[in-house]
Amino acid sequence: MQINEYKPLIVAFCCNWCSYAGADLAGNNRLNYPADVKIIRVPCSCRVNPMFVLRAFQRGADGVIICGCHPGDCHYTSGNYFTRRRMALLFSMLDYLGIERERTRVEWVSAAEGAKFAATMNDFTEKVAALGENKRLEDLRCKR
Amino acid sequence: MQRIGVFVCWCGSNIAGTVDVQAVSDALKNEPGVVFSTNYQYMCSQAGQDIIKQAIAEHKLTGIVVCSCSPRMHEATFRKTAAAAGLNPYMVEIANIREQCSWVHKDMPIGTEKAIILGKAAVAKVNLNTPLTPGETPVTKRALVIGGGIAGIQTALDIADAGFPVDIVEKKPTIGGKMAQLDKTFPTLDCAACILTPKMVDVAQNDKIRIFSYSEVTDVKGFVGNFDVTIKKHARYVKEDVCTGCGLCTEKCPQKKVPNEFNLGMDNRRAIYIPFAQAVPKVATIDPNYCTMLKTGKCGVCSKVCTAGAIDYKQKDEFIEEKYGAIVVATGYNPISMDKFDEFAYSQSKDVITSLEFERLTNAAGPTAGKLLRPSDGKHPHTIVFVQCVGSRCDSCAQKGKEYCSKICCMYTAKHAMLTRDKYPDTDVYVFYIDVRTPGKNFDEFYRRAVEEYDVHYVKGMVGKVTPEGDKLKVQASDLLTNKQMHIDADLVVLAAAIEPDKSARPLATMLTASMDTNDFFTEAHPKLRPVESPTAGVFLSGTCQGPKDIPETVSQAGAAASKVIGLLAKDKLTGNPCVAHSDEWMCNGCSSCERVCPYGAITYEDKEFRMPDRTTAIRRIAVVNPAVCQGCGACTVACPSGAMDLRGFASSQIMAEVDAICK
Repeated sequence: MQINEYKPLIVAFCCNWCSYAGADLAGNNRLNYPADVKIIRVPCSCRVNPMFVLRAFQRGADGVIICGCHPGDCHYTSGNYFTRRRMALLFSMLDYLGIERERTRVEWVSAAEGAKFAATMNDFTEKVAALGENKRLEDLRCKR
Repeated sequence: MQRIGVFVCWCGSNIAGTVDVQAVSDALKNEPGVVFSTNYQYMCSQAGQDIIKQAIAEHKLTGIVVCSCSPRMHEATFRKTAAAAGLNPYMVEIANIREQCSWVHKDMPIGTEKAIILGKAAVAKVNLNTPLTPGETPVTKRALVIGGGIAGIQTALDIADAGFPVDIVEKKPTIGGKMAQLDKTFPTLDCAACILTPKMVDVAQNDKIRIFSYSEVTDVKGFVGNFDVTIKKHARYVKEDVCTGCGLCTEKCPQKKVPNEFNLGMDNRRAIYIPFAQAVPKVATIDPNYCTMLKTGKCGVCSKVCTAGAIDYKQKDEFIEEKYGAIVVATGYNPISMDKFDEFAYSQSKDVITSLEFERLTNAAGPTAGKLLRPSDGKHPHTIVFVQCVGSRCDSCAQKGKEYCSKICCMYTAKHAMLTRDKYPDTDVYVFYIDVRTPGKNFDEFYRRAVEEYDVHYVKGMVGKVTPEGDKLKVQASDLLTNKQMHIDADLVVLAAAIEPDKSARPLATMLTASMDTNDFFTEAHPKLRPVESPTAGVFLSGTCQGPKDIPETVSQAGAAASKVIGLLAKDKLTGNPCVAHSDEWMCNGCSSCERVCPYGAITYEDKEFRMPDRTTAIRRIAVVNPAVCQGCGACTVACPSGAMDLRGFASSQIMAEVDAICK
């Protein structure tokens, strides 16, 4: 029971056109997912600067997920292709630093995929919770 | 320092049911910059908006946070409220505590805690907001309609009626679409051609409408009000402006064995053809796959018989570039392929046909001149079995068919059954169904007439197998109401094939950056409140490209799409989105990274003179963003190695502040 009470902190970056709308649809359909997920709206998944991801981990996030339109369906034509490549590099670097692969994820969720959004968040939260707290990159200066 | 007001909405019990709104407004009172915090039952109501306006005036607020439903819902509402009270509308941020909090969490303490965090993030963001003013762009007063079926025709006519020029792009040689192939239409049994062809003639005669038939859209650039579209006009090897449509060439052409796609391959046409008598434009087209002259260079009969001299074997594909203010997608549907449904023996017997083929068989202009004859031997069928939901509502067999209901099949099958019994009372007609779905004006009355007046045998149950045996089709089915197996010796089996969006829709959606659902139907901006608009500004939806529809619904949606287009084209200028990129000229080193990732070509470089700290002047190359072209995706902001690029409304500092607020 003790383990189950640990609540991970998860930051989700969602693109305005697909995934944020998908999250809204999950809400409309009352599909539950853990409250540990906090969504930040960005115009496009390619707006997510690796700095934001690092900052989140530095400030004590346990997992970061970036959601965008499906490849080929980007509202801005090509933004999610940049995300795909950029985050592949970033995540492998984070892995090298000791932030496990399961703590980071890029997922494509369209505006029509409310169910997929909820399922993704359930699965991601479960995986991150299993890993426990992220202490690797936490900046102690922030903890004062 | 900002002076921020926080307004927490109850949304009736939608939010207040799972979130302690009082606790949220109390908790946010102590956040940096917040000088006022309150909650109210319905913030979006007039009374709620008045609370906001009053607070802006009383507390001299410079920014506001509304904790309410999704910004996709009411961001515009609250921005207008702020503007009405003299606050810059871009000083408003929404914390989404309904769709992304109260509706997905059931527990009050958990929901409240999350709502407070989301509110804090929004406050942190507003603290860094700056007033923004949108720029203005002119509107090209011309509309493009992609698809020339009844949806496209009606949209074009309505737009032209309001005085705006419209172009229709149709990939077939004629407009008319699927409706031109139908025989009668439910529930009134009007003849489809009689009500469609006058509209086609209207289109042809309207001087505001241009038809690009046998053409395709190959490229779309630009944005709402200013689309640049490339249209590929396929070579038809006939000069459109010279051909009189007399049809002599189509009688003399020696190549007679070309499957006639208008009759779904049930008879043949010539290599030079006019799809049907009422085609618009009524111009012959040479099929390059079959024309002997084009393939071997030896024939030329059509050019010899053409008195107008319209044949041009050397014609090439032509590319037309045109500017449009609005684009309407009306790409329509197709019945799905029957390949995966071989239990119905579609590939084994000519007498197993789809409903659209049945439509041609009963059409006076069809391959049998309207006589219902079996395709295999030309005899009258005496027992006909209609199978419903072939590929529709395939829950377990989604690999084979579609999960959705195709909506029109119940009604057209009732029509087919009724017409058959009316013309040939000696025919036994069976209809096998899962459910009969007939909502719509006069629809259920129509279906009941088929059962009660015309004695059509409706059987609840699915057909399991069709086996051709001799000249009969052995139909094995189950009657679920009596729980008995049925064996019918049928002469003709008609399959109500599911309908799916036209294959051209997917690449088109990519060009338009309009989103689609998993079935390749275009998504609407809001399923209830904005059903004819795509989420991409300036792109509108008409007809079955958005979802299965019958003709009355298609026509009403076409009119609605037209009215939206007219509303857009009636404006002289559009206010743009001020949330665009901008570069800090002191930080930019002109490396071109941003230019390479910009999908719109909004970034250019200029040489600018700078006064350096040591009082010398230097000329440096810096990036400049054209705010009218920038769409605000932010790709450049991340690509910029020096951090000179930033996005207004979604600045790096703002997103960082949100991250910090969420991570405490």
